[in-house]
Amino acid sequence: MTRQPAIEANGLKKAYGAVTVLAGIDLSVARGSVFALLGPNGAGKTTTVRILSTLTPPDAGDARVAGYDVVRDRPRVRRAISLTGQYAAVDEMQTGEENLCMMGRLAGLGRAGARGRARELLERFGLTDAARRTAGTYSGGMRRRFDLAAGLVGRPEVIFLDEPTTGLDPRSRQAMWDVVRGLAHDGVTVFLTTQYLEEADQLADRVAVVDGGRVVAEGTSGELKRQVAGERLDLVLTDAAAFAETARRLGGRLVHSDADRLTLGVATDGDAARVRALLDEIDPDRRAVRRFAVRGATLDDVFLALTSHQEAAQKETADV
Amino acid sequence: MSDAIVLTGRAVRLSRRNLDAVLTAMLLPVLLMFVFVYFFGGAIDTGTRTGYVTYVVPGVMLLCAGFGSASTAVTVTNDMAGGIIDRFRSLDVSGTALVAGHVAASVLRNAVATTIVFGVAFLIGFRPDAGPLDWLAVAGILLAFILAISWLSACFGLIARTPEAAGGFTFLMMFLPYPSSAFVPIDTMPDWLHGFAGHQPVTPVIAALRALLLDQPVGDSAWQALSWCGGILAVAVALSGVLFRRRTA
Repeated sequence: MTRQPAIEANGLKKAYGAVTVLAGIDLSVARGSVFALLGPNGAGKTTTVRILSTLTPPDAGDARVAGYDVVRDRPRVRRAISLTGQYAAVDEMQTGEENLCMMGRLAGLGRAGARGRARELLERFGLTDAARRTAGTYSGGMRRRFDLAAGLVGRPEVIFLDEPTTGLDPRSRQAMWDVVRGLAHDGVTVFLTTQYLEEADQLADRVAVVDGGRVVAEGTSGELKRQVAGERLDLVLTDAAAFAETARRLGGRLVHSDADRLTLGVATDGDAARVRALLDEIDPDRRAVRRFAVRGATLDDVFLALTSHQEAAQKETADV
Repeated sequence: MSDAIVLTGRAVRLSRRNLDAVLTAMLLPVLLMFVFVYFFGGAIDTGTRTGYVTYVVPGVMLLCAGFGSASTAVTVTNDMAGGIIDRFRSLDVSGTALVAGHVAASVLRNAVATTIVFGVAFLIGFRPDAGPLDWLAVAGILLAFILAISWLSACFGLIARTPEAAGGFTFLMMFLPYPSSAFVPIDTMPDWLHGFAGHQPVTPVIAALRALLLDQPVGDSAWQALSWCGGILAVAVALSGVLFRRRTA
């Protein structure tokens, strides 16, 4: 039983009308680990979470969560999980305490048990002072914590967090990270989605990068970072001819290309000798490159490096 | 079942915190009663000895019940459009339990509203001729009507995408009593309306309430009224289950 992964998905597909959202997602998440699904908006993160948490049935493929099939054993899966989405799933017109008591009773606790659990969770998430205020008056950070607390009422084995820190200020984000670390410490399996490389890096044991409804890379954040150099060398070229020539020389190594600004980006580790060698290689006459800058890789770079160059080029045209 | 009780408690708390909507549901029928009794009443000859106020009160009660029950549509749509529905679903709450909670709260709200409207009616001269058993029957029929209309509006709430759209159902319920004997006798209406006005669900409910309150022979109207309410309720319960599953699939 313990050998079985907490979450296992095979070939999940989902389309809404003509729009394919998931083009075949395979995942495996070990029990008691923190797993991050990293990807840009529209990559299929929320749809994946909704399928795994039984809210949306997949068109094809299958998934097991906590050992149960998400389509056939839906009630069992629901009892084993909790979902905290991007939108607060609480009653704004009820107080924090009333919300949690209600959810406790819906999760099958008795009146006293539900009240005790509510107090315990409010205390744990630093919301005791706000217990008697209606949830609608909570700040963004409080609301996320409260929403997460609401999901924990039924003591789930697996917790889904859909973009838990999107839109939060740095302090609230930090508080949320501490909460997630606390959950991991308690031995619950946490499956979170995020747009932030740093968040995945900070929290997750393993990270899967999704793009266009597919997993394009998976591994520990260290492994992923080794696939993508940690930094990017930006080159500003002197003119269009130099731009074209340099782009040709760099070929598949390009992670960024902006013809209007005559700018090209290449992955690098920032090592001086290697940067110098690269500059010599692409610009032996020392005329094509006007300026250069080395900066930290962004999530865009990760995606561009992880998806094939051709796909990336197509995506850029599609975005325009 | 216990889910439905927990959700009833919730719906009642939500109603209490949304007092302005509850007040509107009470004030509007009272104001309409004033309009009918004082503005139109003098000109309307209903052929009864007891005065127009006594004629019109059953209609006003129905308007009040219909209007108040229709607000169930809005509360249901609010739930379906908000994030809370995902939480309920992940707690494996059934659509029937959720709707039952809203309907139960609607019945309680309307019981309070109806009592107040009756109180105001007494103050302006409503003098019914009903014994305790008659009153019990009046309460029973109103309850059945409120229950049926509340559940039916919950179905509209499951169809509507926005609370504003769901509010449209309130208008339907506001107008349904007019082409009936609620405010004026049906034979004063044009012939083409008789068919609808004589056979729509509101008419037997009005007839039964009026007969019970004025101690007149009830005839078949009570059974017709209860059959209509029972039928509407049965259809609405089944329909809401289907709509909830479709909406959340």
